[in-house]
Amino acid sequence: MTKPDYVLFDKDTTAIIFGNQQAAVQRMLHFGYLAGREEPSVAAIVNPSGGRKGLMKVFYGKDEILLPMYNKLGAAVKNHPDADVVINFASFRSAYDVSVEALNYPTIKTVAIIAEGIPERQTRQLIALRKKLGKWIIGPATVGGFVAGSFKIGNAGGALSNLLMSKLYRPGSVGFVSKSGGMLNEMANMIARNSDGVYEGIAIGGDKYPGSTLVEHLQRYEANPDIKMMVVLGEVGGDDEYEIVDAIKDGRIKKPVVAWVTGTCAKVFPSEVQFGHAGAMARGEAETADAKNAALKEAGAYVPNSYDDFDKHIRKVYEDLRAKGIIEEKEEVTPREIPVDYDPRTMRRSTNIISTISDDRGDELLYAGIPISEVIRDRYSVGDVISLLWFKKRLPQYVTEFLELALMITADHGPCVSGAHNTIVTAMAGKDITASVASGILTIGPRFGGAIDGAAKYFKDALERGLTPRQFVDEMKAKNINIPGIGHRVKSVHNPDMRVNLLEEWAFANLPKHKLLDFALEVEKITTAKKNNLIFNVDGCVGIVFVDIMRSTGIYTEDEIDDIIDSGTLNGIFVLGRTIGMIGHYLDQKRLHSGLYRHPWDEVLYMLPSETEVLEYRKAK
Amino acid sequence: MAQRGIREYDAKRILAKHMRRLSKGTFKYRGRVALVTPNTSIEAVAKRKQWVKTEKLTVKPDQLFGKRGKHGLLLVNATYDEAKSWLEEKMNSIVEVGKVQGKLTHFLVQPYVELDKEYYLAFAGHQDGDYVHFSAEGGVDIEANWDMVTTVNVPIDAKIEDVDLTPILDSVSNDDGDAFRDLITALFRFYRKLQFGFLEFNPFTHKNGEFFPVDTVARLDDTAHFLCHEDWKDVEFPAPFGRELRPEEQYIEDLDEKSGSSLKLTVLNPKGRVWTMVAGGGASVIYADTVVDLGFGDELATYGEYSGNPTTEETYDYAKTLLDLMTRGEVEGGKVLIIGGGIANFTDVAMTFDGIIQALDDYAEQIKEQDIKIFIRRGGPNYKAGLAKIREAGKRLDLDMEVHGPEMHMTKVVSIALKNLEGGR
Repeated sequence: MTKPDYVLFDKDTTAIIFGNQQAAVQRMLHFGYLAGREEPSVAAIVNPSGGRKGLMKVFYGKDEILLPMYNKLGAAVKNHPDADVVINFASFRSAYDVSVEALNYPTIKTVAIIAEGIPERQTRQLIALRKKLGKWIIGPATVGGFVAGSFKIGNAGGALSNLLMSKLYRPGSVGFVSKSGGMLNEMANMIARNSDGVYEGIAIGGDKYPGSTLVEHLQRYEANPDIKMMVVLGEVGGDDEYEIVDAIKDGRIKKPVVAWVTGTCAKVFPSEVQFGHAGAMARGEAETADAKNAALKEAGAYVPNSYDDFDKHIRKVYEDLRAKGIIEEKEEVTPREIPVDYDPRTMRRSTNIISTISDDRGDELLYAGIPISEVIRDRYSVGDVISLLWFKKRLPQYVTEFLELALMITADHGPCVSGAHNTIVTAMAGKDITASVASGILTIGPRFGGAIDGAAKYFKDALERGLTPRQFVDEMKAKNINIPGIGHRVKSVHNPDMRVNLLEEWAFANLPKHKLLDFALEVEKITTAKKNNLIFNVDGCVGIVFVDIMRSTGIYTEDEIDDIIDSGTLNGIFVLGRTIGMIGHYLDQKRLHSGLYRHPWDEVLYMLPSETEVLEYRKAK
Repeated sequence: MAQRGIREYDAKRILAKHMRRLSKGTFKYRGRVALVTPNTSIEAVAKRKQWVKTEKLTVKPDQLFGKRGKHGLLLVNATYDEAKSWLEEKMNSIVEVGKVQGKLTHFLVQPYVELDKEYYLAFAGHQDGDYVHFSAEGGVDIEANWDMVTTVNVPIDAKIEDVDLTPILDSVSNDDGDAFRDLITALFRFYRKLQFGFLEFNPFTHKNGEFFPVDTVARLDDTAHFLCHEDWKDVEFPAPFGRELRPEEQYIEDLDEKSGSSLKLTVLNPKGRVWTMVAGGGASVIYADTVVDLGFGDELATYGEYSGNPTTEETYDYAKTLLDLMTRGEVEGGKVLIIGGGIANFTDVAMTFDGIIQALDDYAEQIKEQDIKIFIRRGGPNYKAGLAKIREAGKRLDLDMEVHGPEMHMTKVVSIALKNLEGGR
């Protein structure tokens, strides 16, 4: 469904918020809920610079909901193609780069820039870009704006009490535009008290070069049949207001305009005073507030003698339009009720823990939303249950098959490896199953079994950066890092690891593409040429094949795959698999009634300081 | 926060560091400029810069105002001794320029250049690009001879190399065309790379690959500091002529720089009877406007604003500074303090009012002694709590105070306050 050009925001508009702005997000949601929106107006949040990602907890009406949070704008845009607005809360240092990126995404139509203090040249470049691409910028240096009853940008409209007071939960007939963001709420309140309220209110920001101008928004309002009159709050400095004068004179603007340009006080100031806004400084007589007010009045706008009478002029124009029947009586809308007034300090107590995988509260236990009875009835495999509880969805059968294969292959590797050894020693010391198995699990890490994550991460990164296998090996050598997933204590080229062969065979038979495995096998050719036992090991193979599987499902983006690796999911396969073996070793020792283990002396090399060294040490003391 | 004028001395000093590179070796500018101030005499300058004693000199104030010749503030073709005695006479003297009175404290000294031809060049930013204004007939009367100026626009996303400069170069002699092209290109690059908003050389000339700017006017976009601070070196942004900062204004400026919020204060008339403490960049202007529109402009004591959710502590510091200034002398007919503001987007009214209340606590005695009436109007997050607190403080401290919320038109409080000024108007 395409919207008319004059509509930037409506009841279906959703936005991506750049910046970890929980309060602003919450205010947007409150507004939407109040106005009876079906869906929250925030599609996603981008928390840049590697901050927390995952989910943001917010209230939507009575309910606590979770909004997805990303580290990169690109990922958010890709996953939320319906969101056509980016609200850019980046600081003045990075606001330009973020805005350029946002404007260049085809799905984004409007970028609101909140930061104050963006260099003028950067803003001018943004304006050129947005014009070239036919898009909109609101800001910089603004709080944004709102379409009553539909959508609001970030903090615009203020607190809940103000949304109610100014009736922003339903549309009125007045289109309003100002430079000042701080005056947005004040004007909405004034308009609500003197007419049927605001339809749309935009603050373009107080910079010298605003991303969109007063007259551009007025022309949108002119085209919008629901808007019957317009209110403008201009400012000393610049020549924006003369564009309005021209538009009224040449008929591009026909609807009544009530206007006031602030800064009439500048004339009594002894020398140039820079007001709070960067653009608010008259350079030459034409840019003074008095000259602009006079020009607007002369063109036919309704201009008061002072801001003090602005409200009366709005009321008069509104009442004229009512009398003429141009504005009809609208039925008052009752806003949806929000339980408690939102206030960051007295906010409803939010929960402490989030669970998104299982729920035990209802009649029946749910695994990722699937009732346990369905799991049994439909003969879910162990791999299916793992996919529900680890990946929150039922993954295709070949994936769960691989999970089971990996569990079987990693289930045990004899009594001499660290995990089994620890389990056995602990069991022989008379400890129970949990202590014995835990002591075994605790040995799993970078040297034992835990190379799955590392292998997946390093190989994937190398392939993504376009390194050749040779470059990858050289780079790791230069960094003095052993390549995770390469090398074995006893296995070698001549004594191959059957488990690896089985995994590889499975991958070749079941995956249409296995780029990372192919890459790893090329790396193995290079490493085994150096040393016989630098073979591709079972940890590496599980990790790498799993990356190829995740890619083949088409469900995950590369960023999401990185998240899955970073969170330790792949090592989880080894922990789970090997636990089967360690429980086996524990039970084995119990059956055998083994006594306490004591390591034989001749297995230890004792090397204490010599007598002379001790003597010297004593003397020194 | 915006485009701000810099000293001619700084503009030329910085240009000298970049000229050769930006002109790809085709031009040089020696940057022979010196700044004489109350703390740096011309003797001290001459010790570091030999040319000050050997060359004939031009001396003029460097305090962000023009038309210095017309104000009798320009010394040309002077010897070192002549310059020295002229400087001694002018330094720290009070002069009137336009409507503004101020003290002369900074003088630019540079070698005097005899110009056989005076050219004009200016770059000025506008929304879609940058204008290059050029005239082969430069000099003091350029505004009167603006029809002799040729203008070329360089679009914001274009390079000057890709823009046709022939309309400009047509006005200079053929064999000079390439040199002017190189010179204008280099200076434009300087203007753009260092984020100027405006840069003017009038008049200037060039000879054998050397650039000779006589007068220079420059405005930098100070928001680009984070991009350009290395190129700018230690550029100074002086206050406009006649607007040397008072200690209180300086204190608020320092507070503002350290804060993520915005705090501004300009004292207009310390003897004024109408004092404002208004939240918000937009609303603060409107309050000042209304005081002026209602005929009390000459009684307006300050312009200022606080916004962007300042902390209680910051608001306290701000309010204290204002109340301290306000209570320094009794004025006949009493004074009014307007604590105003629109309906805030996210500034917490209760928290900021806590700071104002602390300051009222500190100055309650002086406020009562001097018969100061306080008028308040404010809305926004937590405004009910904020207004209740300040109302309670007013009672507790026995202050003459009126408190309104968003149900009253924003500037209505101004007319109420002005009616309360004894003697009125």
